[in-house]
Amino acid sequence: MNNSGPLISIRGLRKIYHTGDVEVQALRGVDLDVQAGEFVSIVGPSGSGKSTLFHILGGLASPTEGTIHIAGRDLFGISDAERTELRKTTVGFVFQKYNLLPTLTARCNIEIARHIAHRNGPLDPQFIQVLKLLGIEKRLDHKPRALSGGEQQRVAIARAIVNHPAILLADEPTGNLDTENSNAVLALLRDLNDRLGQTILIITHNPEAAAYGHRIVHMRDGHIVTPQP
Amino acid sequence: MTNQLVLENLKHRWVRTLLGVLIIGVQVMIVLALVGLSQGTLNEQVTRTRGVGADIVIRAPNSAVISMAGGMPAGVVAKVQQQPHVKDAAGVLQQPGSDIFNYITGLDLAQFDKLTGGFRFTSGGELQGPNDVMLDTFYAGQHQYHVGQTITLLNHAWRVSGLFEPGMLTRIVVPLATLQDLTANTGKVSMVYVKLDSPANTELAEKQLSAVLRGYRINSMEEFTSLYSVNNVPMLKEFTWVVIGLGSLVGFLAVFLSMYTAVLERTREIGILKALGASPGYVLNILLRETALLAIAGSILGILLSFVTRFVIHNVIPASLTQAIVPFWWPIAGAIALAGALLGALYPGLKAARHDPIEALAYE
Repeated sequence: MNNSGPLISIRGLRKIYHTGDVEVQALRGVDLDVQAGEFVSIVGPSGSGKSTLFHILGGLASPTEGTIHIAGRDLFGISDAERTELRKTTVGFVFQKYNLLPTLTARCNIEIARHIAHRNGPLDPQFIQVLKLLGIEKRLDHKPRALSGGEQQRVAIARAIVNHPAILLADEPTGNLDTENSNAVLALLRDLNDRLGQTILIITHNPEAAAYGHRIVHMRDGHIVTPQP
Repeated sequence: MTNQLVLENLKHRWVRTLLGVLIIGVQVMIVLALVGLSQGTLNEQVTRTRGVGADIVIRAPNSAVISMAGGMPAGVVAKVQQQPHVKDAAGVLQQPGSDIFNYITGLDLAQFDKLTGGFRFTSGGELQGPNDVMLDTFYAGQHQYHVGQTITLLNHAWRVSGLFEPGMLTRIVVPLATLQDLTANTGKVSMVYVKLDSPANTELAEKQLSAVLRGYRINSMEEFTSLYSVNNVPMLKEFTWVVIGLGSLVGFLAVFLSMYTAVLERTREIGILKALGASPGYVLNILLRETALLAIAGSILGILLSFVTRFVIHNVIPASLTQAIVPFWWPIAGAIALAGALLGALYPGLKAARHDPIEALAYE
């Protein structure tokens, strides 16, 4: 792990949603540091604010108040275009429902992420090794409907890391998988973290899944309820 | 990669794609068929006029290109025949017939045959009596008339004396005197066709005739047939543009609806692209490329369909309409379809580009 300073630094993060006339305080002052190369599991009941925290970290939503730095870059008040750039270069997403484009093959699903990031040309040999590690190198020419849930999620992981993002955000990555595939996917994430030093944050309800992380952060009512390490 | 995504999207939703292409294709076909009909029918008219073999055409003062009135006394014919270099002259009277595309022509057949060399009959023969009619094979075929049959035109019963090959002035020929009486044009003709001793004397003869027949419209055959243009047919140009406008509106609305539903259907996919870092411009680009492909495919289909309409028109109503294939209009019709389609895709495309990625990803 890198000890030169936190890759993610969050202080006093607040997020207020307005649903009609109702004000919803999703985050009520979150403080969190994540070191480069760390594998952090965030757990908490529904409505605790963990998805909102992910959306802000991933540049899908903007914070209402507080400071948030990723690799030294301040995310507060950045424009839509800058958040788009953040998603393109700094963050990779893995979703519970895989979210592969149904019309494209597994290979094209991975390549389109590269294309969006203006990185064209063949996959580099190092990444081919990652595909072998994920066990999908022989399934790349199939469309998502021909892949099992576990295979689809592994393709989604490959897509999330193809641009070498600083952070991999996984939102309930095993929520749609059976136990065997869940364990395989979690082991792969841990392997990616160990071998490549990939910083990973996952949201999960499953304590066994959370246990794959270096540490577990508990959230409740928009707060982090576990002390910082 | 973008093109691959566009192609895969179109393949994946093939029914919507086919319908989009078909609607744009029909729009292009309507434009091409209409333009082709205007030009084809006029060209056919020119061919038949030239088929007379005359060198000069004389019309009454202030008459239109296709003159339907007995605007000048038949005595003009005799006067013309006396002029130098004039070999033969024949007066004709034209009256609206069974439909707007086929007028009835009254001829002094002996005079006309002398000028033209006569009609080429496929069955029957020339007019024998005052109530006889000759038809060209297109008109007879379209109406299933045959020699010996009695038909009604201008509320008058006529016996079909013969069927002749198309390409000679008109499709329906009756005796000049009978038509003059029936239409209160006794002693009058609409036009006079003049054959010269040599086509080289056309300019000279035109001048001489102009001096004798002051105020009359005297044109060489070349000049006269050049008057058969879209611009010289009242309201045809305006009608064409109205139909093109309506066709474009239909195409625009069809693409608008198609792309609007496509954007709704693909909300989640758009959310995925945005989560991967796709900019609004990237999303808009994909939808506009899809639309452009639909428009190009639709334009090609429309061009092919215009050949089908020509085939159908030629085989079902050959006497009424003639459709030409006008390649000059292919890029114009295609550009109109493309512009309408892109305009129709713009709002749905902008809506997609502005999707909130979180909401889009939550969309089921």
